[in-house]
Amino acid sequence: MFHPSHFAAVVLFALFASTVFGITMRDNPRSMVRYGAYCFILFVGSAILLSWVMFLIAR
Amino acid sequence: MAATPNSTPAGTKTRQPGFIYLPLIVGWLVPGAGHFMVRKWGRGALLALAIVSMFVLGLAMQGKVYSGAHDILDILGLTGDLGSGLLYFVGRMLGLGADPVQTTVADYGTKFIVVAGLLNVIAAVDAHNLRTGRKS
Repeated sequence: MFHPSHFAAVVLFALFASTVFGITMRDNPRSMVRYGAYCFILFVGSAILLSWVMFLIAR
Repeated sequence: MAATPNSTPAGTKTRQPGFIYLPLIVGWLVPGAGHFMVRKWGRGALLALAIVSMFVLGLAMQGKVYSGAHDILDILGLTGDLGSGLLYFVGRMLGLGADPVQTTVADYGTKFIVVAGLLNVIAAVDAHNLRTGRKS
């Protein structure tokens, strides 16, 4: 069985979803890579930001 | 009325032969196969890798594969799972994801499986758009 940490699960999710978004939402390879990287950063960045928000609310 | 030499008779536009929805259906059944049908080998391979990996990792995390619709959330989960096409049906036949596990990681696994199905639907529609020429 596979038991990743929460952050590893977020990174894996972001990686796979960004790959599909990049390929399906853009027409040429260069913009696919750029859009995929953009989605990946937004996925991971928003997860980190929300984690800090929840941490501060819980204190 | 006689047609002028420069006019194009109706129905003689450049048309690709074959069933236009085939990449959509094949792409739904087998992740990435719709793109292979329209000769987008690299895109198809990456899509297949991403979607199959997500589905398999979801199962490895002991995620649940929805088998029936008892309430609205189950219906939504089942709809998402069905998007995986043959991966879902093979998983059901092998009895994978049938035992509910109450851990956080298993819940993530359930979401991985559902999202893999939803991403596969997006990929299949993209293959259809490539086939119709709406996308290059």
